Amino acid sequence: MNIVVCVKHVPDAQADRTFNESDNTVDREGVDGLLSELDEYAVEEALKLAEATSGEVTVVTIGPERAADALKKALQMGADKAVHVCDDAIHGSDAPATSLVLAEAIKKATDGSPQLVITGMASTDGTMGVVPAMLAERLGLPQVTYASELTLDGEKLTIRRDNDASVETIEASLPALVSVTDQINEPRYPSFKGIMAAKKKPVETWTLADLGVDAGQVGLDNSWTKVVEFAKRPPREKGEIIKDEGDGGTKLAEFLANRKFL
Amino acid sequence: MGEVLILVDHVDGKLRKATAELLTIARRLGEPSAVHIGPGAEAAKVTLAKYGAHKVYVFEDEAALSHLVAPQAEVLAAVVAKTNPVAVLIPSNTAGKEIAARLAIKAESGLITDAIDVQAGEGGPVTTQSAFAGGFTVKSQVTKGAAIITVKPNSAAIEPAPADLAAETVDLTLSDLATSSTITERKPKEKSGRPELTDAQIVVSGGRGTGGDFSPVEEFADSLGAAVGASRAAVDAGWYPHGNQVGQTGKQVSPQLYVAAGISGAIQHRAGMQTSKTIVAINKDEEAPIFELVDFGVVGDLFNVLPQATAEVKKRKG
Repeated sequence: MNIVVCVKHVPDAQADRTFNESDNTVDREGVDGLLSELDEYAVEEALKLAEATSGEVTVVTIGPERAADALKKALQMGADKAVHVCDDAIHGSDAPATSLVLAEAIKKATDGSPQLVITGMASTDGTMGVVPAMLAERLGLPQVTYASELTLDGEKLTIRRDNDASVETIEASLPALVSVTDQINEPRYPSFKGIMAAKKKPVETWTLADLGVDAGQVGLDNSWTKVVEFAKRPPREKGEIIKDEGDGGTKLAEFLANRKFL
Repeated sequence: MGEVLILVDHVDGKLRKATAELLTIARRLGEPSAVHIGPGAEAAKVTLAKYGAHKVYVFEDEAALSHLVAPQAEVLAAVVAKTNPVAVLIPSNTAGKEIAARLAIKAESGLITDAIDVQAGEGGPVTTQSAFAGGFTVKSQVTKGAAIITVKPNSAAIEPAPADLAAETVDLTLSDLATSSTITERKPKEKSGRPELTDAQIVVSGGRGTGGDFSPVEEFADSLGAAVGASRAAVDAGWYPHGNQVGQTGKQVSPQLYVAAGISGAIQHRAGMQTSKTIVAINKDEEAPIFELVDFGVVGDLFNVLPQATAEVKKRKG
């Protein structure tokens, strides 16, 4: 089975993330980037399924040149090959445009018939968590998302989905689109052997033209939403900090009473 | 005034608070109409009318709720195609965001998720969102089609505005694709008797510093009538259920009061609570980053501080 995993290169959450003043897009140049942590779970789950079914894992990303680092990490973990969709016209694309390009890349990578597509639950920068559902819609695949447990029995997929107020069991047949949460597995670290092997693995770079996507359908100017303004939240005013000298709990209750919480 | 659709948020026909919040917001943007999917539409009418819905579009076929999200997107897309609304407001939970995602593609309309405020503006609704773990606020607008917006809980103070409500049935046969992912079992999460995390006015959370013993956290929460949350470290250690995790990969909460006990305040946790109105922390380590956020902090052992605070709160409440 050929499994496709979609991954994203994101600004490191530990760094000072910000926006570009010029066009209100996420600053992807001034901040160190890495494979989105939530995508590591998708790569891991794909590797496990591929190992169990003698399958193959293809990782796909969209992004500027440096996004290749995310693919490299996935290849080091054990993915077999990678596709990098890289085109200046994509800069500033919103989720619908991103899902359009990804859907076309997935089709091209699988000769038009994907069997299993796996994604993370959300990116750690945009955090919308909507691209998996959009991909299912665009690819016409059953949507099997937010899996915290997954079993594949022949063609039958079963997942556990944790909602706000309930836990659901979802079933679907392949081909399907799956997104996984951070509860599903423990992603492996790349081994030395994996790091060396990754250097020889094939990485294809595709442009919009390769995918047959018109540049007029993507990018900031063709986005279906726009950021009007962004503002750094003013730092919270430093509050009162006391050392507990035996009456810390009482003082805490006093604070809450003064703020009318009691 | 143009029509504004809201997706009714209900569990087995019982309306959730988000429904009234969405209707309150919808009134700022145009004339509110509700879309009710699944059983219970008849009983819902009273509340929908109370909060200003002029119309309710009803799709009662239970198949819409026994398959994952796609049917609800199909129903909404049918109503959008018919009514050409100004905006579609959907609760910003896991399923709501996925319904909105599919609707955006079907209706070729822009999508904004996790709005914490929505106001009328020139050229359509203007949303406010929090970005990068609450470090930024971002104002956005949809530029194509109906503005599809998912709205977080507690984003509006509910106000009644009674209206005359008319009902209309949505005539639709669900596609094979929409029914290709089947919910074979749905178990409600165990009720703790405490408020729901994302709805609660007060949240008390515990982290690594609890060492796995959440009893002082729970007792303090109960004295305040609060929901209980947990940091990722505490959840990963198996000390508290994942459903109670506050943070980037858990729930994002924005209560009036947030109490962090034994939580250092890593970026992943801050992403889930930084927009809380008042923040209090108890931590042994005076260098813990959580203290950068607090209105009031106690450097000390939560096993001493919390029980004493619980007793004092109970005494003051009588």
